[in-house]
Amino acid sequence: MAQQFDVIGSRAPRLDGPAKATGQAIFADDLHFPGMLHGAILQSPHPHARVLSVDASAARRLPGVKAVITAAEVGTIKYGVSPARYDETLFATEKVRYVGDEIAAVAAVDLATALEALSLIKVEYDPLPAVFDPLEALAEGAPLIHDEFPGNVCAEVHQEFGDVEAALAKADYVRTDSLKNKRQDGGFIETHCAVAAPDLNGRVTLYSATQVPHYVQRNVAMVLGLDLSKLRVIKPYVGGGFGPKAEATPLDYCSTALALATGKPVKMAYTREQVFLHSRARHQFIHEMTTGVTRDGKLLALKHRAILDGGAYTSFGIATVYYSGSLLGGPYRMANMKYDGLRAFTNKPACGAQRGHGGVIARALFERQLDLIAKELGIDPVRMRLENMMEVGDVTCNDLNMSSLGMRECIEAVRDGSDWGAKKGKLPRGKGIGAACGFFVSGAGYPIYRSETYHSTVTLKVDEDGGGIKVLSASAEIGQGSDTVLGMIAAESLGVPLDLVRVESGSTDFGVDLGAYSSRQTLMSGHACRDAALMAKNRILGSVAAELGVDPADLDFKNGVLISLGPVLDIAPLRTRYRKEHRGWPNLPDGEALSFAEAARMAFLAQGSIVGTGQYKPPQLGGKYKGAAVGTSPAYGCSAQVVEVAVDLDTGQVRVESITDAHDCGRAINRTAVEGQMEGSISMGLGEALFEEVKFDAKGRVVNPSLGEYHIPTIQDMPAMKCIVVESDEPNGPFGAKEVGEGAIMPTIPAILNAVFDATGAVITELPLTPERVLRAIREAQGKE
Amino acid sequence: MNKLALTLNVNGQDYDLLCEPSRTLAQALREDLGLTGTKVGCGVGDCGACTVLVDGQTVNSCLVLATQAAGKAIVTIEGLADGPKLHPIQEAFVEHGAIQCGFCSPGMILSAKALLDANPAPSELEIRQGLSGNLCRCTGYQKIVQAVDSAARTLRGERTVG
Repeated sequence: MAQQFDVIGSRAPRLDGPAKATGQAIFADDLHFPGMLHGAILQSPHPHARVLSVDASAARRLPGVKAVITAAEVGTIKYGVSPARYDETLFATEKVRYVGDEIAAVAAVDLATALEALSLIKVEYDPLPAVFDPLEALAEGAPLIHDEFPGNVCAEVHQEFGDVEAALAKADYVRTDSLKNKRQDGGFIETHCAVAAPDLNGRVTLYSATQVPHYVQRNVAMVLGLDLSKLRVIKPYVGGGFGPKAEATPLDYCSTALALATGKPVKMAYTREQVFLHSRARHQFIHEMTTGVTRDGKLLALKHRAILDGGAYTSFGIATVYYSGSLLGGPYRMANMKYDGLRAFTNKPACGAQRGHGGVIARALFERQLDLIAKELGIDPVRMRLENMMEVGDVTCNDLNMSSLGMRECIEAVRDGSDWGAKKGKLPRGKGIGAACGFFVSGAGYPIYRSETYHSTVTLKVDEDGGGIKVLSASAEIGQGSDTVLGMIAAESLGVPLDLVRVESGSTDFGVDLGAYSSRQTLMSGHACRDAALMAKNRILGSVAAELGVDPADLDFKNGVLISLGPVLDIAPLRTRYRKEHRGWPNLPDGEALSFAEAARMAFLAQGSIVGTGQYKPPQLGGKYKGAAVGTSPAYGCSAQVVEVAVDLDTGQVRVESITDAHDCGRAINRTAVEGQMEGSISMGLGEALFEEVKFDAKGRVVNPSLGEYHIPTIQDMPAMKCIVVESDEPNGPFGAKEVGEGAIMPTIPAILNAVFDATGAVITELPLTPERVLRAIREAQGKE
Repeated sequence: MNKLALTLNVNGQDYDLLCEPSRTLAQALREDLGLTGTKVGCGVGDCGACTVLVDGQTVNSCLVLATQAAGKAIVTIEGLADGPKLHPIQEAFVEHGAIQCGFCSPGMILSAKALLDANPAPSELEIRQGLSGNLCRCTGYQKIVQAVDSAARTLRGERTVG
């Protein structure tokens, strides 16, 4: 690549690494304030019941209880994720709709007292018939969960691009396949926590373990009737999010309400079991796809139906059901696509967004089906993918613009990196190899609420002494490394080393940033950060140029010193002024060139504080059809993986032995962080493929609400991963960068399924790949041979 | 309530405290001593985030009563660095990108310390076995394995952290 960078593209250690390695990093539950109270929430034991009465009088009388709130105290303003579908109230009034629905909350001097108070709240329920299976919920005569939604239909999508029936009629080969997954849990190690601290001026600071301080601020203020200026949301360090922390939780609302009611700081946290009850994690999807191809494997049309088990409320579900269809528009050329998606309400905790939002299981089935088609046609599945691959500049049938696309490079990289040619079709029975591709948005093209808001603003302030730079951003560092990425972008833009930059983020006081979801922080906050840095740099260079009597366009900073692109500079007068101000100081700059600190000090002396601001929102994106916004993005990351498995033919046990992964993240800002996202995505995909499943009993209770019984991958489950970073120069990304946080999960499940198929001939239609399920599929495949 | 008087030796320092018999070591460390570097992710011994060393052995501090740890040498994440200088394991975790959200890191690093104290030259399999009680949802563990391997080499004097 022609451009040379000094900071970007390096393996700079995370800015927060030392704090996290030493235990100094503060997470929400580490906060303690004098006089702090502890809160707890009363949750429904019934999956579906009328609430006849709530009597909290005994709880209020318990010594140590400082406040009890129910719907009578906080009201019933409806909220949710999308304003088009606000269907939740903080506390149930008429009905509870799942085991875990909230009834009341308590603040007390300690948690034990708060929990005792909950046990004293008398709730009279009239149990109603409940329904847990999405197909049963959609059937005639099923119990109705929301009066406003007949037939328990939460949302329906019907889209057609091109003419699918006509294209299928022309196809040489058409096949239909199905796949169903199970509800997945976020599995982050830090449970949700919120601490609300009131001040004496009627304002509250809410410290929340969230991915989205901005939306938490808006929702909590709306539901509690607060002026936005009265509520500041601060995100401390967050112990992983992956989607389920991308909306305000009852802890956020309750702690704020209880802090206002008591005038005291209130801490509330979910137990691990409550994380499962709150959920908002990956839906269960039931997909059926019919794909038609020519005899040489050219894709002609896809007819796709999906049913989503949404649980009791909408949450992110409208976006989810759209994403399930729209994210199949690429990365293969396909002119005709029909999608019918339906999200059902059931009496279970609400599902929401999780890494690869809406697209993961759809992608799994489609990539699975490509392999089945390739086998039928006798074509190598990697070759078939390459021959259908989109190119840079292609626009999908549903109007997604591939402004950069290293998809071909990715699949070639994993093909060559895994020695595919020597292995595919040549491994002994029980050993298999499989490939798959995928892509994902680099930030949703539109905010969750309809608005012309900037998606990100950044303020960059240069220290008055000139020595350092502070980036202020409301973005959400949740472990993905966004603080480090923003610091690197600021340093590169200013032409200074990274160690001059400090990043403060996660506070709504620092501006607007929609937060860490849809893989948006690098592209969107990165744009705003770069522009803020360039503004500050230009202000400094303007002052310095005036002092030196040169054209500012001839000046720049590189590695922390002033460089001239034109005349030789006489910096002596400026250095003398700087030195006079620092008489007696050791280690003053003495290089040939003027240091950034000296230049920035001169600019401060001339102009006052040097501040740069930047803001970003995407241009108008996407088509005009209903739902066209979902799936739009300024840019798309893409990835390919090759997985090798060993399947025990006697027990059905699947062992993933190695994974070769390539991801096009645009230009890599931090290579270590890019690999970290790739490796983490693989582990979440591997867990969902092999063993993760939230299970319910006949009464709608989660039967495995612990990290012992709900199995996420341990260090012994993970195979060796070979990660190949493929770089493209994305025209819409800052320094050419785009996403890696979610696209990297897309190929994992189908590559594993394809490898199991290669190893055994077993066609799996239901996840996870338990030994019993795999063994049955192997025997069925043998029966057909 | 009948509180017990006990002395906890944490990171070489004795702390006298009064606590309820049911108080866990994790609660005592975090809430009574303010050592919040020890994280609690589940409270039932599944996740390993609360791992500390008691007489050199890893324990889930959420499953140990504070009274059971009295009179023993407790090491928490706060006790690993030498003043401002990170322990080589901490250094390696930072350098190799083995930390993302950082919530599992204190427990993971202490498990690595116990492993390397007992086995200064572990194989990759032994590293994976040694850390198998600590869950991480962010990293996929690969960079953690690399960091522990690198730290082992540093501690054996085969390389120095720059």
